[in-house]
Amino acid sequence: MSFEATHDQVLTPAAPARAVIHPVWVRVTHWINVVAMAVMIGSGWEIYNASPLFPFVFPRAITLGGWLAGALLWHFAAMWLLAVNGLVYLVLGFLTGRFQRKLVPIRPGEVLSDAKAALTGKLTHDDLSVYNAVQKLLYLGVIVAGVVIVLSGLAIWKPVQLQELTALFGGYDAARYVHFFAMATIVGFVIVHVIMALLVPKSLRAMITGR
Amino acid sequence: MSRMRANPPGVDPKLLIKDAAKLMPAPTRRLFLRGGASLGALAVLTGCDIIDGPSAEHVLTKISYLNDRAQAWLFNPNKLAPTYPDSAVTRPFPFNAYYPEDEAPEVDKDDYKLEVGGLVDDKKSWTLDELYALPQETQITRHVCVEGWSAIGKWTGTPLREFLRRVGADTRAKYVWFRCAEGYSTSIDMPTALHPQTQMTFKFDDQILSRKYGFPMKVRMPTKLGFKNPKYVMEMAVTDKYLGGYWEDQGYNWFSGS
Repeated sequence: MSFEATHDQVLTPAAPARAVIHPVWVRVTHWINVVAMAVMIGSGWEIYNASPLFPFVFPRAITLGGWLAGALLWHFAAMWLLAVNGLVYLVLGFLTGRFQRKLVPIRPGEVLSDAKAALTGKLTHDDLSVYNAVQKLLYLGVIVAGVVIVLSGLAIWKPVQLQELTALFGGYDAARYVHFFAMATIVGFVIVHVIMALLVPKSLRAMITGR
Repeated sequence: MSRMRANPPGVDPKLLIKDAAKLMPAPTRRLFLRGGASLGALAVLTGCDIIDGPSAEHVLTKISYLNDRAQAWLFNPNKLAPTYPDSAVTRPFPFNAYYPEDEAPEVDKDDYKLEVGGLVDDKKSWTLDELYALPQETQITRHVCVEGWSAIGKWTGTPLREFLRRVGADTRAKYVWFRCAEGYSTSIDMPTALHPQTQMTFKFDDQILSRKYGFPMKVRMPTKLGFKNPKYVMEMAVTDKYLGGYWEDQGYNWFSGS
């Protein structure tokens, strides 16, 4: 990225700066979150395999940690990165007004029409600084899933010390299912999100350079 | 120059994508996988940590120690684990160990003597009859395994803090360590040892502990994961020395509080 900065200065020294789409705090927390989530999900799958909730396990080749103890070490290390980074993101999102500005309001009618347009290839991404209704819904949804996965994780981790929280999820065993489905929701989001970033490369650029 | 206008000024899309690819989830995960695989292999092959410079395992172990401290800080000595009605007890309660059930240790009840050592005033050994004569309580609590599953059990025995008081244990010491018949061991922090629900258990579901459930004595603590609850306990010691445990020495978090 330092290369790009130099490149930019050499070729277009006097070019007027385009508007910043993603401020630096969004980009930094986004990419830290990528690392934290990759570790949490990969190790989480290995932990799941030790006592599966459903009649399937995750192939060892895509899990992290090698065995249960290794996976737990990764999971309980990366949780700090995930939680602290997520907290910084949420606080700044509210304080800067970014969430209020970009993620709401979400109108069901717009979600439907934008979803239809997206599926028929008619939805454009001309202005990256404005989210369409489907984007708003998905981005808000994944933030909620992120909050749920952290809270249900705490409920599983500390069913005695944080028993009120565990009870809120319907008890220890229910919290495990909530934690699993929050993971599935996030993984589903990531698949769509990565495909979209590859289909609209300038959105990927914006998340790196900010513009 | 038309190309420059079509693309963002000063940005080479190919370089950009190449750069971005480095930050994408899949390769990142693969990178960590390699670290993870070697971590697991090391632990399995050696059963202890080989530390050669700032390896991933070294860093993870350090963070695990920090997590011990975080959990000790979070531990509320007065907070009781939830209790359940008799009807909630999991019957049959699962057997779980690193060996099959038919290889569980068989302890002779007449020869049995609980050895008590370390920072205690009275180091006499205790026969089963002497132990059975101690005041007993019953708890119905949830046993949470490190693997993720849980089961509700009904345990009866003497609060460990009552026993520690009777043997004149130095409760300012850091740890209580347990050695078991089959060579298993574990150690716990003193605040957990003094928790009202931490129990020297002699009965499961109103029956004298069967071989399956840890005859003649188990130590039950609903504030910790299952593997911290030793069965077939032969010896306990109050100590300031960190002695780890069977699973803890292989990489499982030592505190493992619930």
